[in-house]
Amino acid sequence: MTRRAVELPVLAPHDPVDHAAAAAAFNADVARTDWHDEALWFVRVKRDRAAAAVPEWEALRARASAIKEHALTHLDEYLVQFESNALANGMRVHWARDADEHNRIVHGILDRAGSQRLVKSKSMLTEECGLNPYLEARGIEVIDTDLGERIVQLRREGPSHIVLPAIHLKKEEVGDTFHEHLGTPAGLSDPTALAGAAREHLRERFLAADATLTGMNFAVAETGGFVVCTNEGNADLGMVLAPIHIASVGIEKIIPRVEDLAVFLRLLARSGTGQAVTVYSSHVHGPRSGQELHIVLVDNGRTKQLAREEFWTSLKCIRCGACMNTCPVYRRSGGHSYGFTVPGPIGSVLTPGLDLEKYAALPFASTLCGSCTAVCPVKIDLDGQLFRWRQRVVQAGHVSAAKSVAMKSSVRLFNHPRLFRLAGALARRGLRILPRPLARLAARPWARARELPAPPAQSFRAWYRKNRPGGDR
Amino acid sequence: MTAALFVPCYVDQFYPHVAVAALTVLERLGVQVDVPEGAACCGQPSANAGFGRDGHSTIERFVDVYARYERIIVLSGSCAVHVRLHAGEVVAHGGRSDDAGAHVAERTTEFCSYLHDEIGVGLVALLGAKFDGCAAVHIGCHGLRGLGLAKPSELQEQPFDKVRALLGTVRGLELVDLARPDECCGFGGTFSVGEPAVSVKMGRDRLRDFTSHDTQAVVSTDMSCLMHLDGLARRERLRLPMYHVAEVLAGTARAR
Repeated sequence: MTRRAVELPVLAPHDPVDHAAAAAAFNADVARTDWHDEALWFVRVKRDRAAAAVPEWEALRARASAIKEHALTHLDEYLVQFESNALANGMRVHWARDADEHNRIVHGILDRAGSQRLVKSKSMLTEECGLNPYLEARGIEVIDTDLGERIVQLRREGPSHIVLPAIHLKKEEVGDTFHEHLGTPAGLSDPTALAGAAREHLRERFLAADATLTGMNFAVAETGGFVVCTNEGNADLGMVLAPIHIASVGIEKIIPRVEDLAVFLRLLARSGTGQAVTVYSSHVHGPRSGQELHIVLVDNGRTKQLAREEFWTSLKCIRCGACMNTCPVYRRSGGHSYGFTVPGPIGSVLTPGLDLEKYAALPFASTLCGSCTAVCPVKIDLDGQLFRWRQRVVQAGHVSAAKSVAMKSSVRLFNHPRLFRLAGALARRGLRILPRPLARLAARPWARARELPAPPAQSFRAWYRKNRPGGDR
Repeated sequence: MTAALFVPCYVDQFYPHVAVAALTVLERLGVQVDVPEGAACCGQPSANAGFGRDGHSTIERFVDVYARYERIIVLSGSCAVHVRLHAGEVVAHGGRSDDAGAHVAERTTEFCSYLHDEIGVGLVALLGAKFDGCAAVHIGCHGLRGLGLAKPSELQEQPFDKVRALLGTVRGLELVDLARPDECCGFGGTFSVGEPAVSVKMGRDRLRDFTSHDTQAVVSTDMSCLMHLDGLARRERLRLPMYHVAEVLAGTARAR
């Protein structure tokens, strides 16, 4: 079968992400920002309670980090071990260098089998690869079956969170979306009724599907099996019903041993949603009889990141979403402001490695408060990596001329104590004698919402010189 | 032993009374303190903005000025963390020895850490500070997670809080429990001007946590957090006095 496939045009792929502008737009609706912040903080508090119930929590984090660091530094061996065991289990294994190769492989599998309807679940990787538009342009229907994912898919949006993809939406908006696409009554916003409608709709699609695609939470090298964690059972429904199962996975998801799952499964759900464990932890060790099971191992920039001395540990990430829930900036700017499938602190350390110019703003979308690092179940030093990406962004020149001039001249000022004192005296005096509106204007954007400090008559240095013997040294 | 007190640039210029209070507290506790000239800044503002290379000369200067002290007491958790993390990157040059940077990094501490760990709460209690009212404590994030001033809410470890321990010596001072004990205030250096919408929102939310707990004052380890929070409070005509821990211990802070 040949079909003329027209690509969806991608709009200005290299336009830099302007996080500050997107965040300002998000904040224009104060009540909504509060609601978003509270909803995610609620999850953070649930996580704290779940973590506190595990006496050896910090030891588990250390263990998880050590296992991941070992796996990443022996990735070549474990990938090959995983492949040979998966083949022995009757799975087929494909290797994809990048998003495009991944999409071509998936399409090739579907095309050969004549599959027309794909149900998908638990795969942020396919969002990262842009698989849906690729397949749709080739005439294949793709249905995301995780409830949140399905909601954003119907709205033609991307996910705003990796675990809670529709966290930016209120139940009324979901009701409107379902009314438009699924024919639920106008104004219906009862969550149970909406979930029921989604279940009906998705069951039809599951039954009609001729292929399913899932992600993987963990790929186990010693067995060649993998684990998919869900709360809705949708991945299982897809795997059990469809004659073809494709499982796409980033190469960093490899863990060496089955027993390592005892560490990661205890951390994953507690960190992400505050549940002790996800409702389903499905272990897959081979195809059902008559089923084809394909694994696609995807690099898409991961080996490059692995080679970066300062950033390789970002690949320890198990995609729990805890850094998003805790990030005070993410909670008040929304996932879409990051312009990438994986938002929040981990997104801001992964994206600059993919396209430094496009994502130059993201390492700066943080106060470096360090809450992400303290909450991370695999102990990625997220704030340290954000700091280091900032240096790389500036060294590569992806910074405004105004900021560059301001920072460089402030350094000159700091290095000349006499000049610093003079500038300080002028500024303090200026703040006192200028009419307030003028002083505010001079200090924008600080002073749009904040008063300037009330300037004292003299600096500490001047006081010290007068009041301590030898103080004028 | 002579210790050095480092007064960060913005404290020197905008909050001289805080530095006077810190100096007074240290002197009253019998610490021999110098406030040497020659280094106005630790280099943190430029480094956090991504200009670490340009700002390297600033931390070099810091190392040169402070290398001769046994203890370097920084009046800001944020600056202290920067020096501890990055002074070691300073290499030998001219009269500077090989280990000067590492020496400075290792001997740098922050005001509250110093009082708690090296002077001791028992002696601090002898200052006899009083404060008549209810206050909220705001520990700057870098001091909290970078220096370990208290157990951050994320970690599942034995609780401790050095700042509350120090403030516990102050007669009449009652400390409130906030809904979010260690949420960032949103200052973040250049973040406050680079991302003003989120920065301001974070600050307002922090203020709301303070005021919903009947707080009469805010006590912090970092004047940079307070510069931001106080600026917001004053714009909103909220009467909420804000003090550095040093002012409370020196007895110069007053409740609303």
